[in-house]
Amino acid sequence: MIGFRLVKRKPLPGWAIILIPIAAIIVTLILSAIPILMAGGHLWKSYYYLFYGALGTRFNFLETFVKASPLLMTGLAVAFAFRAKFWNIGAEGQLLAGALTATALGVSLGGVSKPLVLPIIIAAGFLAGGIWASIPALLKTKLKVDDVVSTLLLNYVMIHIMGALLFGPLQQPGSSWPRSMAIVEAACYPILMARSRFHMGIPLALFAVLVVWFINKRTIFGYQSKAVGVNIRAANFGGINTTSVILWTALISGGLAGLAGVGELCAIQYRLIMDISPGYGYSGIVIAMLGNLHPIGVLLSSLFFSVIIVGAQTMSRMTGVPTYIAEVIQGTSLMVMLIFLLFTEYRIRMVRKP
Amino acid sequence: MVDTRQPVVRMSGITKQFLDVIANDNITFNLYPGEICALLGENGAGKTTLMNILFGYYTCDEGEISIKGENVHLSAPKGAITRGVGMIHQHFALVPSQTVLENIIIGTKSGRGIFLDIKAARQKLLRLQKRFNLQIDPDAAVWTLSVGEQQKVEILKALYRDVDILIMDEPTAVLAPAETADLFTTLRSLVDEGRSVVFITHKLNEVMDISDRIVVLRAGQVVAERVTTDTTPRELANLMVGRDVLETIERKKLDAGQSVLEIENLKALNDKKLTALKDLNLVIRQKEILGLAGISGNGQRELSEILFGIRDALEGSIKIGSKLLKFGSPSSAINLRMGRIPEDRIDTGLMLDLSVEENLILERHRSPGFHRFGLMKAGTIHQFSDELIRAYGITTVGRDAVTKSLSGGNLQKVMLARELGGSPMIVIASQPTRGLDVGAMEYIHQRILQERERGAGILLISEDLDEIFALSDRIIVMYEGEIMGEALSEEASREQIGLWMSGVST
Repeated sequence: MIGFRLVKRKPLPGWAIILIPIAAIIVTLILSAIPILMAGGHLWKSYYYLFYGALGTRFNFLETFVKASPLLMTGLAVAFAFRAKFWNIGAEGQLLAGALTATALGVSLGGVSKPLVLPIIIAAGFLAGGIWASIPALLKTKLKVDDVVSTLLLNYVMIHIMGALLFGPLQQPGSSWPRSMAIVEAACYPILMARSRFHMGIPLALFAVLVVWFINKRTIFGYQSKAVGVNIRAANFGGINTTSVILWTALISGGLAGLAGVGELCAIQYRLIMDISPGYGYSGIVIAMLGNLHPIGVLLSSLFFSVIIVGAQTMSRMTGVPTYIAEVIQGTSLMVMLIFLLFTEYRIRMVRKP
Repeated sequence: MVDTRQPVVRMSGITKQFLDVIANDNITFNLYPGEICALLGENGAGKTTLMNILFGYYTCDEGEISIKGENVHLSAPKGAITRGVGMIHQHFALVPSQTVLENIIIGTKSGRGIFLDIKAARQKLLRLQKRFNLQIDPDAAVWTLSVGEQQKVEILKALYRDVDILIMDEPTAVLAPAETADLFTTLRSLVDEGRSVVFITHKLNEVMDISDRIVVLRAGQVVAERVTTDTTPRELANLMVGRDVLETIERKKLDAGQSVLEIENLKALNDKKLTALKDLNLVIRQKEILGLAGISGNGQRELSEILFGIRDALEGSIKIGSKLLKFGSPSSAINLRMGRIPEDRIDTGLMLDLSVEENLILERHRSPGFHRFGLMKAGTIHQFSDELIRAYGITTVGRDAVTKSLSGGNLQKVMLARELGGSPMIVIASQPTRGLDVGAMEYIHQRILQERERGAGILLISEDLDEIFALSDRIIVMYEGEIMGEALSEEASREQIGLWMSGVST
């Protein structure tokens, strides 16, 4: 009988890092053909409309970036935390904390000098997400509470806080729905391209990519958080204050997720509703993993995700394949990527078995 | 050598490769009934790998194995155990919180179906204990036993499973001299009944004492096979290393200077919250190496961890030069210019997934020359790492190479470069050569002596008595958290040190 086992392989050359995601996407599209065909779709037509829908017209092309910006922010948030092995599964709650803060300020800052309103909202939204993320970081460093569990559970706490506020002090007067008043005009992100929703949050997210890359690559803090991530015992032995590194990591990570919430509120919805996020925080986990925790990788994977999400609308309209296919493709892409990453460290060898 | 007996184990053409290391290269090995066969070789020669293959723990890439005349392809230890092969690893596979009896019956079939048959098991165990004179209370929890007793439990576990081919991986590494003598008696009685024992070791005197036959491995190949009575330790040493070695260490006469480390009334607990250090006092002066001998688990680890700043103490004080060390603060130890070489370089000392450079700068990345406003100065850092790599002869593709790609000896050189590069006042070296080959060991020894000549005070914690005797000016022995005795190394006898190590004060 022939069996298989995994054996460690020698480190791959640099080009593999570029080639692997591309290969993973191609394999994903091949595999996703199965559910598309099962749904009765025409394969070439479906893929054509998938990409045409996302990239083919000016509006849709810009819309792909609109969709990518919250995904990019939450993806960066998760990647930044995971790099230090702070398992932040709570980007969703941190996003809501940011959106909630932006709402509270956005409806009440009408009297403040206009150019100050947005900087205040952005700073406050960042801080709100950061503080919400630093709660599990404190629990982890001081009380050894598992961060996977605490970050995840705090998402539900934040959803309920938001619900309580939307049925209470933040509820629009006279409305019976859980929704807030619209924010004042000065609190809205400027639209940067006419006849589209291409807003300031998009360059802001791209700027965040640069900042995260810079922190990781060039700063003492980036070095320390990497050291804590690969071997916290050795980092501590070497004199790094691991508690403070984890806290700061959580603060920045949560802050980035908070900015995703600010963007959705101030550029898309203009008022807080319960459905402000269709799970961007959770998608951020997948995007961070797909991007191999590297800021550029996260940028590319968030764009890939938004292409699929935006394109699936057109594909569905033109071919009748349900939009759920978008989620199937996303899930498949993560699994393919994880398998590919496994094979960057291991290879399969056939062995004889008795 | 022609042997006319039928081997009980026959391994031929065994090849096993890990990454780019060939651990076993076309090895042929036979084991005969009623013999103790020593598998001799340096660390990394492939001894343990070969036996792990026989035990079914690894599968070989090529080669054939037959046990008692039957060709086998083992994919798990279970297959080996059912054929009577047992292996006792260096790290015991016991459940500390369970009793001796419970540990022994784990995984065995009960005569009463799904119910435990404790009574029958106890009877069988007691019979075995009597027959081989292995007296241990079957109801004692394993964690309360000494290392020597735990080893007896492992042997009983094997005998309980009717093992007649017993592999022991460096069984004496953790034993005191008296316990070693006990073990040898036991092993002798096993082979007298026709069982076979494979004894993995790199200690020459033990090989001469206990084995009937010796197979010498070097760099994954069998280089010689000898009947024990026909060889000498010297010949074996040369075969093992492949060249004439008897490391000559020249320790210059130096007068010790002022004290650099003073430990006063130090008390501490171990991880089980039991007393690890009882009121410890010691002083180390400049240009002096203090060798701390003792069997592992007598407080050495706790002492080194307190010095390193990664463990808290209950009471007492530690002075480096004229300043007090802050307990539990690695930065305090770093700032007081302590060179720290931890016993576990892979888990505590180094970050294997980072580059060589990132490891070299760990303790100094915040020093003024290395950054400006929190931004790392790449140029200065590169220059610093390149200098250390050159000065310590670290064999690596470059400063950007991932550290786990380095060999054990080079990992330790990275460790030394980082810790000694800043000309420390005091060096704490815990098991600095454990697991290293002879070449790397020589290098480390020379470096430690150089530090002494430069003027540092050195605490050398080691279980290797040869190393202790070769390097130390003074020797102290620790037993159960206390210093049993102290002697100048010129005046100390091995017998005396051995007695102190087993807790006999004289």
